[in-house]
Amino acid sequence: MAIFLTKDSKVIVQGMTGATGMKHTKLMLGDGTNIVGGVNPRKAGTNVDFDGTEVPVFGSVAEAMEKTGADVSVIFVPPKFAKAAVVEAIDAEIGLAVVITEGIAVHDSAAFWAYASSKGNKTRIIGPNCPGLITPGQSNAGIIPGDITKPGKIGLVSKSGTLTYQMMYELRDIGFTSAVGIGGDPIIGTTHIDALEAFEADPETELIVMIGEIGGDAEERAADFIKANVTKPVVGYVAGFTAPEGKTMGHAGAIVSGSSGTAQAKKEALEAAGVKVGKTPSETARLAREILVG
Amino acid sequence: MDLFEYQARDLFAKHGVPVLAGEVIDTPEAARAATERLGGKSVVKAQVKVGGRGKAGGVKLAASEDEAVEHATNILGMDIKGHTVHKVMIAETAPEIVEEYYVSFLLDRTNRTFLSIASVEGGMEIEEVAATRPEAVAKTPIDANEGVTPEKAREIVEAAKFPAEVADKVADVLVTLWKTFIAEDALLVEVNPLAKVASGDILALDGKVSLDENADFRQPEHEALEDKAAANPLEAAAKAKGLNYVKLDGQVGIIGNGAGLVMSTLDVVAYAGEKHDNVKPANFLDIGGGASAEVMANGLEIILGDPDVKSVFVNVFGGITACDEVANGIVQALELLKSKGEDVTKPLVVRLDGNNAELGRKILSDANHPLVQRVDTMDGAADKAAELAAAAK
Repeated sequence: MAIFLTKDSKVIVQGMTGATGMKHTKLMLGDGTNIVGGVNPRKAGTNVDFDGTEVPVFGSVAEAMEKTGADVSVIFVPPKFAKAAVVEAIDAEIGLAVVITEGIAVHDSAAFWAYASSKGNKTRIIGPNCPGLITPGQSNAGIIPGDITKPGKIGLVSKSGTLTYQMMYELRDIGFTSAVGIGGDPIIGTTHIDALEAFEADPETELIVMIGEIGGDAEERAADFIKANVTKPVVGYVAGFTAPEGKTMGHAGAIVSGSSGTAQAKKEALEAAGVKVGKTPSETARLAREILVG
Repeated sequence: MDLFEYQARDLFAKHGVPVLAGEVIDTPEAARAATERLGGKSVVKAQVKVGGRGKAGGVKLAASEDEAVEHATNILGMDIKGHTVHKVMIAETAPEIVEEYYVSFLLDRTNRTFLSIASVEGGMEIEEVAATRPEAVAKTPIDANEGVTPEKAREIVEAAKFPAEVADKVADVLVTLWKTFIAEDALLVEVNPLAKVASGDILALDGKVSLDENADFRQPEHEALEDKAAANPLEAAAKAKGLNYVKLDGQVGIIGNGAGLVMSTLDVVAYAGEKHDNVKPANFLDIGGGASAEVMANGLEIILGDPDVKSVFVNVFGGITACDEVANGIVQALELLKSKGEDVTKPLVVRLDGNNAELGRKILSDANHPLVQRVDTMDGAADKAAELAAAAK
């Protein structure tokens, strides 16, 4: 089992014909993802060859869905055009839109999130500024390397891309049901809580690893959610203990303002909810391993 | 990017928020002409991006041109909570203030929307009012696509219980302030105090604006608002090279790929430093995916140019990027720096994991560079880098 993405997912790529889109579409295909099309109005009607796999290009998300039954879109379009691309995906009511694009203006993210909400949130949005999600052995929607690990019993949700890879690598022998990179922007679609809820409901996920970082209060709210709703063991990690106040650490959302958003506050909130929190990625992996294999 | 008060004032004026006249100067003598233009009296206001300047003596009333020069002389160069005053604003003196209010629009991360905060108890720290008298602070969510219409502005005014006689005027200000927020891609626009003066007019007497740098592609005028003088020279040099770098005050230079991993690296080095003379990370530097020799060389050049740095920790997890490319990047970067005549003497500890790690490690071993040490775990490498920094301290 898995969350949000399975072998049956039919994936389209918005921005497939750009350099990044081409590179990652090829990698996703290599990981077994069922990619049924790309979207680019200027190249509609053509095919793109990926090492012998012909992928058709459609003029719109709606057309791609109608012709292929696509239910997932991975979005690689540049920041300037990202809002229009997400709005198009929402209008087409695709089930899942994974926004990889980094550097989207917050007003644009706020606008497409408000739009998605006004349309009843029929489209789950993951990201923006995220590595996407992978269900090892089944499907890969985004840029997470497909060869780090194998199917297994850990569910992973993380704000950070490279820490996702690091944690998958540390626990590669146990394997993962799904790993979801939710992104480090101030406004994101799918939250830690959404992923925790889905992993709790997924029968094959036996343990959840949750990676957070400084800024905002998403981890604190996730801690409240865990306390009330999650019965499976959760192991946590928070990056940014030594980050000074007022300095943005790479992710637009990773900034400590005043006394809020500190790693220490997040760690304490998670521990109060019964989450075992590691001081480093390797200690976090060790805590997960102890619970699963003793 | 946080703006100075005078920059906020200019943006407010541009979008129709009522403000007083004012101009920014950076020499005491310029206060004379500026005050003269205001009719012979002015308020001399220190321009610093920190609160509490009034209490620190950074705001003074000048009854004459001479007095303005005197105040400007005292205030320029003053230290306010660690911020040196390089500029002062010479502002029109406010008419008699009858009441002080607070209004702002900001990003509400928790609810993934925008928020209005309004209070009739302005003039002081709004956090304090919110903490002690939460009922005096009205928070109203704003739909990002509907914005602040006159009706919405009226709703905010009612929620904050503004007196009836100023309700229309405050609502008008809210609409123009929202215009500023949207047109400038702001993360925060705040007016405190929003003053009711004796004539009954409503004026924005002080304000804060923070802008979203991700929107720079459609905000060509924002680049000029950057405070280049205050930027750390290393940060400025890194920015010019397109590197995501933050200067910190430790001794272990850090290079990594991915914001989360680099943040985590800072923590792991700080923990390791507890055992090694308390050395700390010297910087945050995310070279992102790719990590070509050129990017690696640029990063190394910045870090080695920091006199505080005693050792360097390169921490890379090869995701899509293969570690052999990263290893080649490091080797080439060192050669590139040597060919540029840079004398690299600080030890480098390199940890490579993930995609093609074995190959990458072999490239480093084969290159056998005297300054490069390979340690294959993140914790072990952090410990080694801290140890080397402590030894060189």
